[in-house]
Amino acid sequence: MAPAAIIMLIALFYPLVYMVYGSFRDWDPSQRLSETDFVGLANYVKLLSDEAFIESLTVTLTFAFVVVFFEMLIGVGLALLLDRNLRGMSLLRTLFILPMMIAPVVVGLMWRFMYHQTDGIFNRWLTDLGLDRVDWLGQHALTSVIIADIWQWTPFIFILSLAALQSLPRSALEAARIDGATGWQQIIHIKLPLMAPVLIVTMLLRLIDAFKVLEVILVMTEGGPGLSTEILALRIARTAQEFRELGEAAAMSNYLLLLLMVLTLAMFGFTRWQEARAQKLKMLQREEEG
Amino acid sequence: MPRIQLENLTKKYGNVEVLHGIELDMEDAEFTVLVGPSGCGKSTTLRMLAGLESVSSGEIYMDGKPVSHLEPKERDLAMVFQDYALYPHMNVARNMSFALRLAKRPQKEIDAKVLEVATMLGLEDYLARKPAELSGGQRQRVAMGRALTRDSGTFLFDEPLSNLDAKLRGQMRAELAVMRQRVRKNMVYVTHDQIEAMTLADRIVVMHSGEIQQQGTPEHLFKHPVNKFVAGFLGSPPMNFLDVELHYRDNQVFANGKGFSLRIDADLAARAVKQSQRHCTLGIRPSDLDFDANAGNNAALDLKVSVSEYIGSQSVLICECGEATVTVEVKSETPIALGEVLRFAVRSDAIHLFDSETSTAI
Repeated sequence: MAPAAIIMLIALFYPLVYMVYGSFRDWDPSQRLSETDFVGLANYVKLLSDEAFIESLTVTLTFAFVVVFFEMLIGVGLALLLDRNLRGMSLLRTLFILPMMIAPVVVGLMWRFMYHQTDGIFNRWLTDLGLDRVDWLGQHALTSVIIADIWQWTPFIFILSLAALQSLPRSALEAARIDGATGWQQIIHIKLPLMAPVLIVTMLLRLIDAFKVLEVILVMTEGGPGLSTEILALRIARTAQEFRELGEAAAMSNYLLLLLMVLTLAMFGFTRWQEARAQKLKMLQREEEG
Repeated sequence: MPRIQLENLTKKYGNVEVLHGIELDMEDAEFTVLVGPSGCGKSTTLRMLAGLESVSSGEIYMDGKPVSHLEPKERDLAMVFQDYALYPHMNVARNMSFALRLAKRPQKEIDAKVLEVATMLGLEDYLARKPAELSGGQRQRVAMGRALTRDSGTFLFDEPLSNLDAKLRGQMRAELAVMRQRVRKNMVYVTHDQIEAMTLADRIVVMHSGEIQQQGTPEHLFKHPVNKFVAGFLGSPPMNFLDVELHYRDNQVFANGKGFSLRIDADLAARAVKQSQRHCTLGIRPSDLDFDANAGNNAALDLKVSVSEYIGSQSVLICECGEATVTVEVKSETPIALGEVLRFAVRSDAIHLFDSETSTAI
């Protein structure tokens, strides 16, 4: 117990406390923290009216919700389609989860090549088909990084949904077939409601992760053009390094941390609520049977 | 309420054939029980009838129409599953009304039907509960209720009582028998429990390793089993089997075993003579042996009592007869002592003989 607590203190709480402390100070990287001036909540207040920060926050929120929405849609859809015993299905499933196993930097590079204005495969196809080129990483930068992220992370939703699907009670689905449910009706009335607990946790996990996205976007666009793909993680890094405003960067990190904390608490709250409910049901049943 | 016919029905999983040409006719409003040990193919047969398993060859007819290519919902049937298969996220009322809601019946009609069935099954106080909030017996009832609200022509039951404890099972069995009187529908019931089969069935179909062994009324099967398997499967405690050798003497036939010689009835003897049997298996039910010290030599077994199981008004004695074990059912007040050799009269009309090689009844 004690060694674990000490390591936790050093590895986790020290940097955290350091960052929170730093966020209340006007802090240039050339200064030591003890030499900085206390400015209260000034960093936080300043950020709220900082258009670049608001823009960056908007980009992050847009990115996270859009990717998670499509990843859920495609991932769950694929799971519903592939939940059957066909020959070669296990190979297919392995292929499906490959994108998730590739290092994010590699994914970013790969998509950057594919999106390349003249040599990228997408624009070459478009020109071969006689269509206009698309300015993927320029005009449509956010859409492009969203597509890349969907490609990489849909498999995560897919394997978790598939596992959820395959653990559904078979007989309930058979009962639904006998009751006259079509394939669609089975999905809507039986499969999705029964998968919901897993799907909610999966979605929250994915959302938490999407807020922290960095590498793929860094490699693909470096946040540009302009601020169009500058997600919070990038903004924080730039604030700290280019603008040399460590206090502001720390405050920004804390905003992000708060956001993530809300999501994490939501997830824990949900699982705890479910466990409590299961517990209550078990007690109730025992009382009745005993 | 269709007449259901299974014609030369087979089922293969890969290269393994698990059902070998099932032929079965079920009359309108008949309660048919498929019974057999696990792995005998009874559940597979039921699931093929339901449309949950494909038919490898052969055909299922309902009122003369082939249905094996139809989806379950097109076969007009309702089914009760072994694990109840309730929808965990719906309350009792919604579980019971699911089929009607899918069929887009008017809400008024659905509510009325659900209430009617729930009242019949004593579930009206539980309509708002989820399945997880119910006891095993209540869940079982909801599963029945869900089948009953459908008003289907055919009801299928796949071992519906096997997840209940013994007391509840007896109670539900009685309730099923009562429901059976009210609902005159075609019912097909699968069980491995021969008591359920005997008490509920109009027609029992005994299955073993993918084949029908015998079918008929419970009484007929109990009294005239066609082979050793059926004889041993129906009845509790099960029939005793003893190896015997037939001897022909003075126009009479005697079955001789270790330490006994029983005279065989004329009809049975004639059949044995016709088939020129010599070595065979003698079957006698525990209830057909009577404690009687004065019984004649050729109509009695001398048994050494090794265990006595008291079960109330009756006791089951486990006795030694040479190397074989014989169980006897006697009234509990019968004066017996363990280790004693007692004489039990054998009712001559209760003796069964089976070919020792093919196991078929003689």
